[in-house]
Amino acid sequence: MKTTQILIAGFGGQGILFSGKFIAYKGLIEELQVSWLPSYGPEMRGGTANCNVILSDTPVGSPIITEPDVLIAMNTPSLLKYVDSVAKGGQIYVDSSLIDAKVERDDVEVFYIPATQMAKEEGIATLANMIIVGHLLENHPELSFDGAKEVVDSLVPPKKEALKELNMKALSLGKNYKK
Amino acid sequence: MAQRILMKGNEAIAEAAIRAGCRHYFGYPITPQTEIAAYMAKKMPKIGGVFLQAESEIASINMVYGAAAAGVRVMTSSSSPGISLKAEGLSYIAGSDIPALVVNVQRGGPGLGGIQPSQSDYFQATKGGGHGDYRMIVLAPASVQEMASLTIKGFDLADKYLMTSMILADGTIGQMMEPITFEDAEPKTYEKPWALTGTECKRGHNVVNSLYLKPDELEKKNFERFEKYKHIEENEAMWEEYMMEDAEVCVVAFGIASRVAKNAVAAARAEGIKVGLIRPITLWPFPNKAFAKVLDKVRAFVSVELSMGQMIEDIRLATECKKPVMLCNRAGGMIPGPDEVLAAIKKAEKGEF
Repeated sequence: MKTTQILIAGFGGQGILFSGKFIAYKGLIEELQVSWLPSYGPEMRGGTANCNVILSDTPVGSPIITEPDVLIAMNTPSLLKYVDSVAKGGQIYVDSSLIDAKVERDDVEVFYIPATQMAKEEGIATLANMIIVGHLLENHPELSFDGAKEVVDSLVPPKKEALKELNMKALSLGKNYKK
Repeated sequence: MAQRILMKGNEAIAEAAIRAGCRHYFGYPITPQTEIAAYMAKKMPKIGGVFLQAESEIASINMVYGAAAAGVRVMTSSSSPGISLKAEGLSYIAGSDIPALVVNVQRGGPGLGGIQPSQSDYFQATKGGGHGDYRMIVLAPASVQEMASLTIKGFDLADKYLMTSMILADGTIGQMMEPITFEDAEPKTYEKPWALTGTECKRGHNVVNSLYLKPDELEKKNFERFEKYKHIEENEAMWEEYMMEDAEVCVVAFGIASRVAKNAVAAARAEGIKVGLIRPITLWPFPNKAFAKVLDKVRAFVSVELSMGQMIEDIRLATECKKPVMLCNRAGGMIPGPDEVLAAIKKAEKGEF
């Protein structure tokens, strides 16, 4: 039995829920069991947003994540709030262009990716989230990069056709990112 | 096999209702169920259906009353405070013996409360809510797939028994996405000779009404209705058993709480504790038979609820107070973690109450 619990957190507008949807859909086409649970409370209206995605080869129990295997932190408050909850041996993805803090744990793997800066340089400022997701796919063979285009095509509405290519560009940037 | 798609629980209810032949939706927006109305607003005009955002919850339930009297499949949806507003209409619909589907995607209460998930409308759903002697069939989905399947089941039961089916969900199941499949099945249809469809001068008048000024007539109606309820209690209870074969401790939970409880039961089993789960799928009728079956073997029950302990009363009735029932609960929009439920299981196992 393999279950991966992914917590994505940041500000509203950073595409937190969209990143989660992408990962959940990717899990769906890989024929995994998945759940996706957004924050929908006042915090979403006032700034921070988070999203719980669970991928498993057996039916998902509770969709609520208390001990994530993977944390994607898109702002400092999110990193500070969740850093200690990450499971031993888990992974933390940090958007290091927005977060100065370093993770002071030696029992987790940390990826510092200057995603917002990279996105700005490429003229895709709103897609920092997908750069990080691209890097995550590279690290998770159960998801893999193959089929990413199929997922992007199904998630981006036809009216925003141009965004499909840009999402793929962001994912590739993340895939190929090396410190 | 039908294709797996990802869908929010709220959207699954709306899509399932359309597939069940519902072409009339009346509602008023409230978090966390608004996606149901949004889905209906988008879809109904394209399939010749009616989506109507009423001026209030009270108006919308009375539109449901009217449409149900006309014999069509009809629904409304809301969340806790909105259901309180609909309570009068629910009682009238019950008193008129006509079918309707009402969805409550619960949030924390009482009062305006909060918008986070809750199960604190259990009493309201299963014991009344509106005035008078009446029941509603109460269905408690625990997954997005069940949001759909129980919606279809709810319409069928409502038509079969001429009463309201309520889907008692919560904010988490409403908001979350999971894979779901829809089977291509034609909706069941029921003869409705009582419906107000116009006489065309070919038959006498049909009357749909809940007013009986002669007490003997009203009493007769109530007794007849409770004969029907008795039949439903004996025939329509639904539940799921999980790891109950040799269980000495029995966790009882429905909806989102049952998902958390399942994780805790699995964790406790890994530690060698003989524990299982009974998940009521119908809250009314409550699955009493599930408890009668295990009463000899189980030493203690643990009711896991997102309320101050409401279902626990039905568990005590179902077990005739023969075994201790412990409460493991959070309220106000909080959800217990599997660790909290696991701790309760361990206490129950040791007999610490």
